[in-house]
Amino acid sequence: MAFIRVSSPHTRSANTTSGVMAQVLLATIPGLAALTAFFGPGSLINVALACALAVGFEAGILWLRKRPVMFYLRDLSALVTAVLLGLALPPYCPWWVVVVGIFFAIVVAKHLYGGLGYNPFNPAMVGYVVLLISFPLEMTQWATPAGALADGQSLPGIGDALAKVFAGVPLDGYASATALETLQQRGGQTVADLYSSAPIFASGRWAGNGWEWVNLAFLAGGVYLLYKKVFTWHAPVAMLTALGVLAILFYDNGSSNSAGSPVFHWLSGATMLGAFFIVTDPVTSAVSTKGRLIYGAAIGVLVFVIRTWGNYPDAVAFAVLLMNFAAPFIDYYTVPRTYGHSKAPRSTAKRGK
Amino acid sequence: MSQVNYREITINGLWKNNPGLVQLLGLCPLLAVSGTVVNSLGLGLATMLVLCGSNVAVSLIRNAVSDAVRLPAFVMIIAAFTTCTELLMQAFTYELYQILGIFIPLIVTNCVILGRADAFASKNSIVPAIVDGVMMGLGFLLVLVAIGGVRELIGGGTLFANMHLLFGEFARNWEIHVFGENYRGFLVAVLPPGAFLVTGLLIAIKNIIDSRIEKRRAAQQAQTPKASRRVRTTGQIA
Repeated sequence: MAFIRVSSPHTRSANTTSGVMAQVLLATIPGLAALTAFFGPGSLINVALACALAVGFEAGILWLRKRPVMFYLRDLSALVTAVLLGLALPPYCPWWVVVVGIFFAIVVAKHLYGGLGYNPFNPAMVGYVVLLISFPLEMTQWATPAGALADGQSLPGIGDALAKVFAGVPLDGYASATALETLQQRGGQTVADLYSSAPIFASGRWAGNGWEWVNLAFLAGGVYLLYKKVFTWHAPVAMLTALGVLAILFYDNGSSNSAGSPVFHWLSGATMLGAFFIVTDPVTSAVSTKGRLIYGAAIGVLVFVIRTWGNYPDAVAFAVLLMNFAAPFIDYYTVPRTYGHSKAPRSTAKRGK
Repeated sequence: MSQVNYREITINGLWKNNPGLVQLLGLCPLLAVSGTVVNSLGLGLATMLVLCGSNVAVSLIRNAVSDAVRLPAFVMIIAAFTTCTELLMQAFTYELYQILGIFIPLIVTNCVILGRADAFASKNSIVPAIVDGVMMGLGFLLVLVAIGGVRELIGGGTLFANMHLLFGEFARNWEIHVFGENYRGFLVAVLPPGAFLVTGLLIAIKNIIDSRIEKRRAAQQAQTPKASRRVRTTGQIA
């Protein structure tokens, strides 16, 4: 009787790359549904267009790099990048914005650096930042949420939306300031005044109509991924905690100088999308448990700092890219203790000691 | 020393040892002011002028300066030529001088110039030193202009805008709108990241061309008949 000698580890994880990516795609569905419910079909078009383009660009660049095309397409990582970028882009943005963004995400940020697993920066965020600094006009026109529309207006239908995206036919009542922009440019109002006067806050509950539910939907998707053990809780919780602590410190009791409440910061902009889908990227984040806590917390701090004192209303993309830079550095100083050793190896210790 | 290969100096400066693409020297001005063709051309010409001047001067004094103090002496020479260039630009192309700003005085610290002074001019006579200065300067200038052209084209959709800053009034209408007047501009190309992206792509293209040439040469060598090897008894087998 022959026993097959297999070395450890003996329990095999069921996590494959394509399995994890499929879970992530599944977890974005609540967020996408909420975006569609509150802002109309713009995000759906973004995501669909981005996915089609991403598959095309990925296949093209893999062919150029002489890699097996179908093997890498099947790991779904290009689709995840495309979906995240599509969700982050403003609904009803012109089609060429999506083309440029996906090109930079897939070709420049991912494959010029060596493909999946070698990219130092989160591809979706690189695409987003390139677009934000290149086309500020298109990238800051967010759609008006359904509840804040003027009387007699309704969300654009799919036909109007397609005409806007591909032919540039303007939509009525289409663009309005996001909740973050409204808070940043409120001109000396107290928070309570703003919440009762600005339509986007007056029609909402905690953090602006639409935005709060979109963020809660992304939170739900993130919790599902946590339950499925796709990532650990450290980085997202650290990011949200740091953001919340800073928001409490600078809340200033809702005065005209206030930077907004913790709930506002948690439930507006791209906070939850960033916390559970971007910060948790296994390739570009720190590796160890302690490292992830530091990495997430630093992103939370940066998000708050840029939102409050920076020129850009939202900051998740910039914060994530800055900390992507720092991730190897964090890893260097947070090497975990290995089994059998009483102390963690000090990477700063001199050799031979 | 008497046998100076001018062809090799030329190839070195323009291609094989190009200061911008191979030595990666002087990246600070290369990346900072290469936003438009006119800026690139202005800085490239200024650098070339300083490079030629300092190469000549260093070559002239190469036997009079001891090794111990050579670097301070070279730097003084380069600083003198940079100041001359700066004053010239101030006199004749004042607006361009203002646009380029700090990067004109910073030519002093450009490693290409000190590198050529120490590596070439201090070991060669004056004529090869001039040729080397011109070719290295030209190599740097071409890379600068190429980057400036690509960035201006992608970033603003124009080419040769504002050339009158360098060439006077008759160059005022050299501007070409390549993509038509409605092109909105792709700002990232004009911003600092664009400089890194374009430079990286140029280096990649150069490496591709080099590897193609190398492959072709290897293929040609493999094809040459080997029969003659057997009978040759003296000399080098190529």
